Amino acid sequence: MGYRSSVEILTEWDIVAARQLGRNEAKEVGFGTVDQARITTAISELARNIYLYAGKGKIEIERISEGGTFGITIIASDEGPGIPDVRKVMQDGFSTSGGLGAGMPGVKRLMDNFKLETVVGEGTVIKATKWIR
Amino acid sequence: MPQEIERQYKEILREYMMRQTEQNLYEGQNFSRQLIQKNIAPDEVISIHKATLEEIYPELPMTVWNSFDLLIEMMIRYGLAHAEHQSLLQQQEELKVEMDLAANVQGTLLKTTVPVVEGLEIGLVSVPARRMNGDYIYFLSDHVNNAGVAVADVIGKGLPAALCMSMIKFGMDGLQDATADPEKVLDVINRIVEKSVNDDMFISMFYGRYNVAESIFTYATAGHEPALFYDAKKGEFSELHAKGLLLGVVAKASYEQHSVKMETGDFVVMMTDGVTECRTEEGFIEPEVVMSLIHSLRHEPAQTIVDNVYKELEKMQNFELRDDFTLVIFKKTS
Repeated sequence: MGYRSSVEILTEWDIVAARQLGRNEAKEVGFGTVDQARITTAISELARNIYLYAGKGKIEIERISEGGTFGITIIASDEGPGIPDVRKVMQDGFSTSGGLGAGMPGVKRLMDNFKLETVVGEGTVIKATKWIR
Repeated sequence: MPQEIERQYKEILREYMMRQTEQNLYEGQNFSRQLIQKNIAPDEVISIHKATLEEIYPELPMTVWNSFDLLIEMMIRYGLAHAEHQSLLQQQEELKVEMDLAANVQGTLLKTTVPVVEGLEIGLVSVPARRMNGDYIYFLSDHVNNAGVAVADVIGKGLPAALCMSMIKFGMDGLQDATADPEKVLDVINRIVEKSVNDDMFISMFYGRYNVAESIFTYATAGHEPALFYDAKKGEFSELHAKGLLLGVVAKASYEQHSVKMETGDFVVMMTDGVTECRTEEGFIEPEVVMSLIHSLRHEPAQTIVDNVYKELEKMQNFELRDDFTLVIFKKTS
């Protein structure tokens, strides 16, 4: 496991703090401007979901490397209500029509790898990874 | 490949900065077409622009470079919206293919053969407004003495209407008795529909049967458009009314049955509201217009009448069908 840092999400301002952390880490790992902005947008989306639906949770940023390639994993975790219908939230058109913005499909598109684990009544953990191209 | 794009863009930008001609802009737009084909996101395009500008004009102030970072940040969501749009388009394409398959299945499922009996001509046209037809025609005949036709219309269009239709088909298939009285036919179908359809689905249906030996047309209706009877001797139309609730409203509905004697040249016109509720931009096409159209074609064979009525009404509506269109004519020729 690589170097990890985290931000607790309790208020809307924490979303900004999580973004800042993500952008700094992405820059230091060596991502270009566009990818920095993409990673930050993904973090923003995940943090916002925690703030809106779980009330509180955590965004962790982990630096990773594999065979000489470097990257970043975002881990968003909460102990909120969980997602009853994952297929639905992963559908295009679902979040945008509800006015939530890019939503989960957006995060999946911005990153290279996306994993979602959720238990209704217990919470949700989302891991999203991006590698330097 | 990104280097190649950057190189090409640099060329275009440099040219434009020097000359600012329409030709330069045209080339730029053609280039953007390539970028779209290669799925280059808008945020990336701005990033390319920024990088290229840095190469050509490295002396620009920091404020300019910073402003691009804000623009890139803002364009990320445009890129996402675009990607989502692309994926929705693809899904739509898949749905279209599925609908085509379903329409084929419907076509096979609802196939019915126009009966041939002595002294009667039958004309039929049935055109769906969308891919699936919510109108339904079913012929029941012993091919000697009786020719029956059911004309049904599900309130609503498209897939739900089409699914509903198959139920009527199986009901009619179960009957297989061309001598059955129209009131009886509607009674049977009503029971089936009542049992299997939601409260928010309504089906209207007309059933008419022509008896060759007696030259009598007998009919009953479940809240359907009245049929028109053309009396050749008088040269007049009259509506064929009968009491009867829409199908599926109550299990024990009763349907009135009436008869009309047909002479040579007389005909009965059965239709759905796609015919009676034809609209142009100025409003509904008056029933009199439809009637006089049919009247002008009264000496033609039944199929020619329905074909021409459809063509005319289609033209009047500017070739936009708003509802499924079905027209059947039973014409006594001898």
